[in-house]
Amino acid sequence: MQNHDLSADQVRDLRALAGMIIPPSAAYDVPGADDEKIFNDILRSLERDRDDIRRALSHLAAIGGCAFADLEAERRTEVAAAFREVGGAPLAALVRVVLLCYYRDDRVMRSLGQEARPPFPKGHVVEQGDWSLLDPVRARPPMYRTVD
Amino acid sequence: MLDKVDALIVGSGASGAAVAWSLADTRMRIVCLEQGDWVKPTDYPSNGRDWEARLFSDFAINPNRRARPTDYPINDANSPIKVVNFNGVGGSTIMYTAHFPRMHPSDFRVRTLDGVADDWPIDYATLEPYFAENDRMMGVSGLAGDPAYPPHQPPMPPLPLGKSGARFGKAMNQLGWHWWPSDSTIATTDYEGRARCINLGHCTPGCAQGAKASTDITYWPHAIRAGVELRTMCRVREVTVDAHGMASGVIYYDAEGKEQFQPAEVVILACNGVGTPRLMLNSVSAKFPNGIANSSGLVGKNLMFHPYALTYGYVDEPLDGNHGPPLCLWSQQFYETDPGRDFVRGYTFQFGRGVGAIMEAIVSANAGRLPWGEEHHGAYRKLVNRRIGLSAICEDLPDEHNRVTLDPDLKDSSGIPAPKLDYTISANSLKMMDHGIARAKEVLTAAGASNIAVESPILNGGWHLLGTARMGTDPERSVVNEWGRCHDVKNLFIVDGSIWVTSGGVNPTSTIQALALYIADSIKQRLANLFD
Repeated sequence: MQNHDLSADQVRDLRALAGMIIPPSAAYDVPGADDEKIFNDILRSLERDRDDIRRALSHLAAIGGCAFADLEAERRTEVAAAFREVGGAPLAALVRVVLLCYYRDDRVMRSLGQEARPPFPKGHVVEQGDWSLLDPVRARPPMYRTVD
Repeated sequence: MLDKVDALIVGSGASGAAVAWSLADTRMRIVCLEQGDWVKPTDYPSNGRDWEARLFSDFAINPNRRARPTDYPINDANSPIKVVNFNGVGGSTIMYTAHFPRMHPSDFRVRTLDGVADDWPIDYATLEPYFAENDRMMGVSGLAGDPAYPPHQPPMPPLPLGKSGARFGKAMNQLGWHWWPSDSTIATTDYEGRARCINLGHCTPGCAQGAKASTDITYWPHAIRAGVELRTMCRVREVTVDAHGMASGVIYYDAEGKEQFQPAEVVILACNGVGTPRLMLNSVSAKFPNGIANSSGLVGKNLMFHPYALTYGYVDEPLDGNHGPPLCLWSQQFYETDPGRDFVRGYTFQFGRGVGAIMEAIVSANAGRLPWGEEHHGAYRKLVNRRIGLSAICEDLPDEHNRVTLDPDLKDSSGIPAPKLDYTISANSLKMMDHGIARAKEVLTAAGASNIAVESPILNGGWHLLGTARMGTDPERSVVNEWGRCHDVKNLFIVDGSIWVTSGGVNPTSTIQALALYIADSIKQRLANLFD
């Protein structure tokens, strides 16, 4: 699929974990992070975190005693909770990649009320605000120390 | 061997660009060597849907994470603050927030006023015309009348307050504390060929609109038109010396990796407070066995960052998020020394507008605010676009234990020894940071925020690299004199943040550039007897 250097078991485990971190929600009308489009984006985006993510997935499999994706749901929850306690920097890297792909998905952005587009070239509108708020500060005497 | 040039500048960032432009009117033959390349506006992250993700890859602020071929590694394991920089035409002005305060008059007289560190050999009044010239060249927006500063007139109106700024302004008024719209190098009107800001909101890793001033689009077009030659992808290994102990030029690796020797009458270093001492310490000769111009032993010592203490919270309505330049206000309420506090000197508050959707998710995940599972969605929606925060940017006093040396093992892709940092935050700074956090919590509470959190120091907060080749009149206690010339090598100049005596408590780019323009003027005024 992509040049992600993960084994087939690691790919399955990563997808299962991603779906556990962010499951789909009917209430918010959003997919989970294990959604096919989002998960493919995750696999394409390992980049500088590839080694950490491999380490994290090896650790996850070691805690569970077998492939995480093969565990029963209850056991998965236990293993994921244990992993969250001890996963350290490799887990943080894994979660980061999941989040940075999830929160740029068009469906997710729309659910958040955000436009699914890059900042350029349209930009955004920022209100000027009430500059009269500065009046009490304008009235202050100079407050910097003078030097000879 | 290449033809000899009159002036050779190493580094094209904030100070290198300014000095190149200023010297260009001498009609000297001037060459600048830059290890990075030009960055096109279409390269910047805000052009694409992966705009936030690229802050973790090719536009990461930490060079060790970014690891472009044009970057050099930095051993920062022994520092709680990691270096932030960018290597390319424009240097770290490509990768900055454009927050543009000046140093204050008192910052140049800390020994006289507060009995700590050393006074600078120059003062605010000397730099004032260069501040103004630099404001014009970089294009500064802001508002005249700030009671925290001597009078000055930014050429463009200030950035908008927005929802976040107005909320902060009300809170500061409630507390009776100073606040003011920041001087910023983000154009709020069309300015000298630059289009005005359209609130892309992702300013730090480069502005696709060109509204943010970086020296590739401010000083460099003028300097190149005036005849300065800028060579990119040229990594300098060492400054060489002749039989008389004068700088004879530099050895560098060109874009093809071929070793070159560029002879020069004058060499000017503009590589920042880490890159400059690294280059000087790598420039070893029989005359200078401990690095060029290092008879004082101070090259690399007295490294100063500004420790940043970030405090933030969440309000109950959507604010500006990442829409708009991230920094738009400052406060100098706690800038000057107050004998009633348990620390000397002080800090600036800089107020943050907000962050983007991905940054919010990642920071909140790291902080344990985002649950896994179905609850994730509801929790996240109470955070996104609701963040307000402020940072205390604390004055860092010089300490010789804080230093840049050469790593014995780590090298860049050209085989040049990499810098190694040893740095600890001083007790004075820690007290200052604690004070800033406590005051920031008062501000956030007054602004209606809850769920308040702290990041102190900001880990990837080493934006400001200062003090490692300090300025002074005593050759035993300083590396360069009061106009940037090395005491030991009279045709070697330093114009970047290395020469700072103390750090102040403000973002340094404005003062770095004013100093570079002042040194360039000093050179021009002394051309007939520059080496006396």
